[in-house]
Amino acid sequence: MKIGVVVFPGSNCDHDAWYAANNNLEQQAEFIWHGSSDLGNVDAIILPGGFSYGDYLRCGAIAKFSPVMAAVKRFAAEGGPVLGICNGFQVLVEAGLLPGALVRNEGLRFVCRDVDLEIGTANSPFTHQARAGQRLRLPVAHGEGCYVADEAVLDQLEREDRIALRYIDNPNGSQRNIAGILNEGRNVMGMMPHPERAADRLMGNTDGLVILKSLVSSVAAYAAPQLSTANI
Amino acid sequence: MSTITPDVIAAHQLTQTEYEKILSLLGREPSFTELGIFSVMWSEHCSYKSSRVHLKKLPTRSKHVLQGPGENAGIIDIGDGMAIAFKIESHNHPSFIEPFQGAATGVGGILRDIFTMGARPIAVMDALRFGQLDDPETGARNARLLEGVVSGIAHYGNCFGVPTVGGECSFDESYDGNPLVNVFALGVFRHDEVFYGKATGIGNPVIYVGAKTGRDGIHGASMASAEFTEESKQKRPNVQVGDPFMEKLLLEACLEAMKTGAIVGIQDMGAAGLTSSSCEMGSRAGTGVEMDLDLVPQRESGMSAYEIMLSESQERMLLVATKGREREVLDVFEKWGLDAVVVGIVRDDGMLRIRQHGEVVAEIPNRALADEAPLYHRPYTKPLRTAPLDGPEVASKNLLGDLKTLLASGDLCSKRWIWEQYDHQVRTNTVAGPGAEAAIVRIKGTKTSVAMALDGNGRYCALDPREGTKLIVAECCRNLSTVGALPLAATNNLNFGNPERPEIMAQIVESIEGMAEACAFFETPITGGNVSLYNETLGMPIVPTPVIGIVGTLETGIPVGIPFQQEGRSVILLGGYGKADKRQFGSSQYAKTICNSVWGTPPKLDMDYEKRVQAAIRALVRARLVESAHDISDGGLAVALAECCFGPNGIGAEIALDSSFSPEILLFHEGPSRILVSTSQPEAVLAEARKNSVEAVEIGVTLKARVVVRNRTETYFDSMIEDLKVVWSESLNHLLRSPVLVADA
Repeated sequence: MKIGVVVFPGSNCDHDAWYAANNNLEQQAEFIWHGSSDLGNVDAIILPGGFSYGDYLRCGAIAKFSPVMAAVKRFAAEGGPVLGICNGFQVLVEAGLLPGALVRNEGLRFVCRDVDLEIGTANSPFTHQARAGQRLRLPVAHGEGCYVADEAVLDQLEREDRIALRYIDNPNGSQRNIAGILNEGRNVMGMMPHPERAADRLMGNTDGLVILKSLVSSVAAYAAPQLSTANI
Repeated sequence: MSTITPDVIAAHQLTQTEYEKILSLLGREPSFTELGIFSVMWSEHCSYKSSRVHLKKLPTRSKHVLQGPGENAGIIDIGDGMAIAFKIESHNHPSFIEPFQGAATGVGGILRDIFTMGARPIAVMDALRFGQLDDPETGARNARLLEGVVSGIAHYGNCFGVPTVGGECSFDESYDGNPLVNVFALGVFRHDEVFYGKATGIGNPVIYVGAKTGRDGIHGASMASAEFTEESKQKRPNVQVGDPFMEKLLLEACLEAMKTGAIVGIQDMGAAGLTSSSCEMGSRAGTGVEMDLDLVPQRESGMSAYEIMLSESQERMLLVATKGREREVLDVFEKWGLDAVVVGIVRDDGMLRIRQHGEVVAEIPNRALADEAPLYHRPYTKPLRTAPLDGPEVASKNLLGDLKTLLASGDLCSKRWIWEQYDHQVRTNTVAGPGAEAAIVRIKGTKTSVAMALDGNGRYCALDPREGTKLIVAECCRNLSTVGALPLAATNNLNFGNPERPEIMAQIVESIEGMAEACAFFETPITGGNVSLYNETLGMPIVPTPVIGIVGTLETGIPVGIPFQQEGRSVILLGGYGKADKRQFGSSQYAKTICNSVWGTPPKLDMDYEKRVQAAIRALVRARLVESAHDISDGGLAVALAECCFGPNGIGAEIALDSSFSPEILLFHEGPSRILVSTSQPEAVLAEARKNSVEAVEIGVTLKARVVVRNRTETYFDSMIEDLKVVWSESLNHLLRSPVLVADA
């Protein structure tokens, strides 16, 4: 399969996602420039971590206006899988592809450490190789990863089984310990932890592989992307 | 237009003699702009005028060194056609005036030094020094400085996308008014991707790229070359403001533009900005550089030539392209949304010629600026030393209590609070990160990893700068050897007080000579670095603080770490019990923290023995004959042992020593050349030690949850690991807890 990794000015985990896809998953990965309005022939999209456009305004607030995001929205609307990691999650939220917002960490400091997580649902292209309740340990590295939404949205996420990942030791004050969520169509996921940093034995952790491999096998299973009725 | 009065000369921190040299080099009176240009290029910060005659004593060559001192960074070969560029640089003075931006731009500056050579930065480390956090008078301010510096480093490095993989941080009252912020950066590239700061090719265009020039940072280099007074805080406008996003774009654009093959030389605009980049590139190539300041992108209107030439606005580069291929270079910068403008041309006359509004406003031989700076053989006497030779009687009332006090001290406690704010994993190369013996970063696409460590010890150097400096070189090499890496080359940051005081100058000379001796012995030549003098406030100098950064290579693999891994393993003290006496004990952390007094001499170093111990541990780690390894340094055997017990598996040890030392010396002396290992194959470890003619003593066995230490018939302590670990890991939080913590940015 072919994974497109979007490069915004200021993306800095783009190469990490690309490397994990190519070397740890042995899939084809290619970079897609933010100015491009065509994603080319890709099977899945990763919006990587970093500081898109410097994130001096609000994380992801500028990135949502880039030409590539219009293309990503179309791709998602057609059921194509989109995984936003860290800054990618922030961009998805700003772009309206996922509900809620990511604000400054409760402790007001950037935090980079491994955290314990729990798979919230296995019912998604990103988690189907795991089981609900399965424990993972993944690195986080962010200053603005505190997930907030109004009560109705949080209730809806829970009711619709769209909380894909929960913190066991919450590093940022996220409401209901939310570390990752799905859209209504379940083909767009945003997560603050970095699975691509936990995909290589040399880095001392391979817990991220279950998420990345789920993505690969689900694309293989759904060679023709299903049309989602939910979005747009 | 004789505007150059003695007051103006003094305000530029030039002496009358230096001014006379300017007159004779020019053959006329300089313009105000020219005087400004001379003053920054001849500042201590840019010219090393007080230290240069002594820096020449340092070894700079080996078969691994591709580029020694004199360029933007040193380069060494790491095999497979790959090379690394690395250097350390200080941002001490700006960080005291404005900790957040001072530290942030320190990171930005050293990163540019690396990628201006064509290397992609893959690791940063920091050596930090502050006043004591528990000082009732200055503690709160020191905590604020630390907070600001750490968040500044995090802000810049995290956004830029370079992992901060290690470093060190310690405290002493002499840093109260002079915190130290030394930033090390390392980048990787292929041999054929190296670029130099040379303005070659007569007629080639000179191109300005990156951020626009503003009025910020004017005279930063001169500020860094003076002592602090009460008025220094009003120099805040001299501190630049960093934009890591701009730097990230500049990095990507520069590396991409270099690939076009149209760039012949490139240098970043660091200290002394447009001035130093242009005249140094011209001087290295033996050419002239002519620029028209009207073409320089400017942030504000009405800037004078003086201001434009001396601005230290960040995130700017100057490059020289092949004539006729400018467009290829400009297109790349346009793609990344950056300003790139042809502002000048390379000439054959060796002159720096600056035009503004159609007139020549400065015309100075490049060599006069870059190479003819005054050179001082400053007088020196005996190194300043305030500590007595003999100290109080040492008699511990509670050895376990002393250990806990040491583990809670600012110098020895866990620095997790600091490094958790740094992204230490981005680029997914960090095999061993902060808190490890040495950081290890893999080089993708090869089987090689690079190990690196920073070391400094002002306490030792205050007692004996020569021996103290030898000890830090030995320790830094030992850090690398302990993870299995062969030390290859070094970079240094020499932080001292006012060199015009003979007793301070003596510290500088002794320290450099000690470094020269040790670096030659351990075969780690100095490939570049930085000198930071005048670290004094109101006449109070810092303790002499040379910091050394050493890099080495090893085969990529799962690293051997500090913590014990399994119960039932043998614990071996490689190198033996070490040598110590009451005087040497006076330089220990125990003396500083428990006795509240420092006296005597640093530990005694036998370099030959040290080298053999390092050869032994490298062989053991590489052959996987040890499961853990940790060198013994600050806090001695007891602190090292405790740290080995703080791993995730909760493995401790039962130690039975056999020594005639007093309990305090046995547990806490800091004699070098010792490494604590755990192993399932004790015979093999002892055999390797014998092979290298070094001592090795089997001192105990690992076990779950507890740490017990006995000597002969006496039990020194018996503790649950958790009781020690909680003290060690929580201490920095407690020390920093203050009602006035300010979160910058």
